[in-house]
Amino acid sequence: MSDDANVPARRDFLRKSLTLIPVVTLAGTGLPRLVQAAEPATAPASPEAPYQPTLFNAQQWAFVVAACDRLIPADATGPGAVESGVPQFLDRHLQTPYANGAIWYMQGPFLEAAPEFGYQGKLNLKEIIQVGIKAFDAFCQTADGKAFAELPHPRQEELLKAAEGGKLELDSISAKLFFSNLLNEVRNGYFADPSYGANKDMAAWKMIGYPGVRADFTDWVTVRDKPYPLGPVDLAGRRG
Amino acid sequence: MANIQPKVDAVIVGMGWTGAILAKELTDAGLNVVAFERGADRDTQPDFAYPRVVDELEGSVHRRYLQSLAQETVTVRHTPTATAVPYRQMGSFKPGTGVGGAGSHWSGCHFRALPEDFKLRSNVEQRYGRNFIPQDMTIQDFPVSYDDLEPHFDHFEYVCGTSGKAGVINGVKQPGGNPFEGSRSREFPLGPNPSYLGAEMFYKAAREVGYNPYPIPASNASAAYVNPYGCQMGPCNFCGFCSDYGCLNYSKASPNACILPVLRLRKQFELRTHSQVLKVNLDSDGKKATGVTYLDAQGRECEQPAELVLLCAFSLYNVHLMLLSGVGKPYDPASGEGTVGRNYSYQNLNRVMMFFGKDTQANGFIGIGGGGTTIDDLNGNQLDNGKAGFVGGGIIWARQPGSGPVRGVSVPSGTPNWGPQWKKAAADAFRHSFYYEVQGACMSYRQHYLSLDPTYRDAFGRPLLRMTFDWHDNEIKASQFLVNKALDMCKVLSPQSMAGDAKKAGGHYDITKYQSTHTCGGAIMGSDPKTSALNRYLQSWDVHNVFVIGANAFPQNNGYNPTGMVGALAYWAATAIREQYLKKPGPLVQA
Repeated sequence: MSDDANVPARRDFLRKSLTLIPVVTLAGTGLPRLVQAAEPATAPASPEAPYQPTLFNAQQWAFVVAACDRLIPADATGPGAVESGVPQFLDRHLQTPYANGAIWYMQGPFLEAAPEFGYQGKLNLKEIIQVGIKAFDAFCQTADGKAFAELPHPRQEELLKAAEGGKLELDSISAKLFFSNLLNEVRNGYFADPSYGANKDMAAWKMIGYPGVRADFTDWVTVRDKPYPLGPVDLAGRRG
Repeated sequence: MANIQPKVDAVIVGMGWTGAILAKELTDAGLNVVAFERGADRDTQPDFAYPRVVDELEGSVHRRYLQSLAQETVTVRHTPTATAVPYRQMGSFKPGTGVGGAGSHWSGCHFRALPEDFKLRSNVEQRYGRNFIPQDMTIQDFPVSYDDLEPHFDHFEYVCGTSGKAGVINGVKQPGGNPFEGSRSREFPLGPNPSYLGAEMFYKAAREVGYNPYPIPASNASAAYVNPYGCQMGPCNFCGFCSDYGCLNYSKASPNACILPVLRLRKQFELRTHSQVLKVNLDSDGKKATGVTYLDAQGRECEQPAELVLLCAFSLYNVHLMLLSGVGKPYDPASGEGTVGRNYSYQNLNRVMMFFGKDTQANGFIGIGGGGTTIDDLNGNQLDNGKAGFVGGGIIWARQPGSGPVRGVSVPSGTPNWGPQWKKAAADAFRHSFYYEVQGACMSYRQHYLSLDPTYRDAFGRPLLRMTFDWHDNEIKASQFLVNKALDMCKVLSPQSMAGDAKKAGGHYDITKYQSTHTCGGAIMGSDPKTSALNRYLQSWDVHNVFVIGANAFPQNNGYNPTGMVGALAYWAATAIREQYLKKPGPLVQA
């Protein structure tokens, strides 16, 4: 697996970010950036400023980076969530009205119900993620004596699978609920418009062949014999 | 204390399709109309303008164009004895809010019901005998016929610039259309849209198994068009943002694009947005409405007196307002008495997902909400229900409203949900997969109904509407039968893999998964005031100056999308108000 090569660098980043509390940045991930064709339309004019999380604390940030790296690792298929900027996306998106319950019905009583009735708890999305990270890390400390981010990849994957399958008992939150919301958010960030902080260089769109927000395919509806030829465009009008 | 506004001729609650139609028709008749819309005013510019409108995160995650559930929602349970819990997050169905309502974020599938759909109970009894209908099934004939509604179906299609191919005109079959449809008085206003790959392959597969495929009637304009009101539409550019989104291109018919441009210029029409109608006010004996009470944009409680009250909200909220206001008697499933809330029904939607190799350029991101191909060979009288073993039919279709990765990338079953394998599968499948759907009818049952929740309240302190609904054996059988037929048909296309999601025996209604916004019934039209809340003109049997316009009027749901029928019923009711009610206000049908 190609992410083996990234492990020392990522670990190094996490160590640094933890020792540099509260100055936590992603600039030091050391992950190789995707090799890109030079294209003035998308190439940044100057090196990006290091991202400073404003929601997550250092421990949460380390968890998020590690989880993103497991959920969507960098490999030959396409970019990983970390290099795409998904941790930044999460830090920003969880502070939106949406993640704070703006479009959910949040009134009690909060009754237990069959899965067909969906989430019936009182936490909003931001709280699900924050409470979940804390409980997940506490579980790791008890079981393995380390935070999630410090565990070897195979163990991290094992724990995430257990959470996904509802086989992990966490304090104060259902592991399955936490996992499904985390995965949803990671995917949202990975594939959302770059203006939301991830999908750097529209690389996730290029990976699957999504033309972004072109939104006009009149000339290609009836073409059958060749792949759609144009690359993506984002909301800012940049071409990928 | 209530701030009392000057009396008007008519108030309209809700500014979606039915509200816009009624406002147009009643101002045509010279009435002064005030319309209340709980949401914001919206128009193509700037609310649906490119590029912001095609932001998937805003549209499909933040749900910018849908109703927020924070203030109002419904509660749901499967049986009349269970405790209902709130529909907290958008899933199974997606009501709209704001000017245009669900009519601005619909897809555009624009069907007419079949003639036999209007007399479902008598037709089933005649063909298969009374005992074929399960004991708890409370299906009824509509109190109107296809012929009654034909001029109104026709007019609504012309307002919408519906693009399609007639199958029968004045009794004569037309090549290329649906040979089983009710006779039309003329051709569609516009020809069909071009076929994307999935729609083209559907023709091949359907013909090979002996079906009669035809283009889905789509209110997504295939060419430049000016409707009878002088509103202009532009040809659909297949942008891929129909369902859940407003149209950036004046191509998808909506109240905003097709009716409001005229309405907004009228002096007799006043639109009050951010105005939440709390209830319909009745006079002392409860036989006549005096107007409505609403919260204005500043949150002040106001009273708007009116001669006529037209409930034109989303079907569920029409029923909610009736229950809150005491318009008609609430339905009791134990005794079978009462009518408001009775015969709630839904839609039986199922999917067959197909994955192809790299040479199949499915390009699901190319999208048109209503365009595609369908068949009626398993719908209406074409289906031998006796053999199939259930009541109601359905259609199979190729429909491609547009896919994008935030909306979800389908991967073959068995693929992990994350990690390198998921990534590889998503990258391989995105451009080379598509789905066909089975859209089945949904019958009404004694135990499926709408009522007020005893526990949960909305932001205005009112009890939430409570939905009692589950999948009945009849619909589960229909789902399995129709999905199997679709799978048989899809084999012809030799996909690398495919999977159907037919409902399983003993399975329950899942509110977390989007299925359909076709919530029907609850305040149904009928010929007997004991078993219907509304008469054949959608007039309340109990309060004669209240008309309730919407899919709430369907006694049960057929295999089609409801909007064509809803629009036709709105014009039908408007005609009755103009030609009969205004001349002699009172019950238009004697109970």
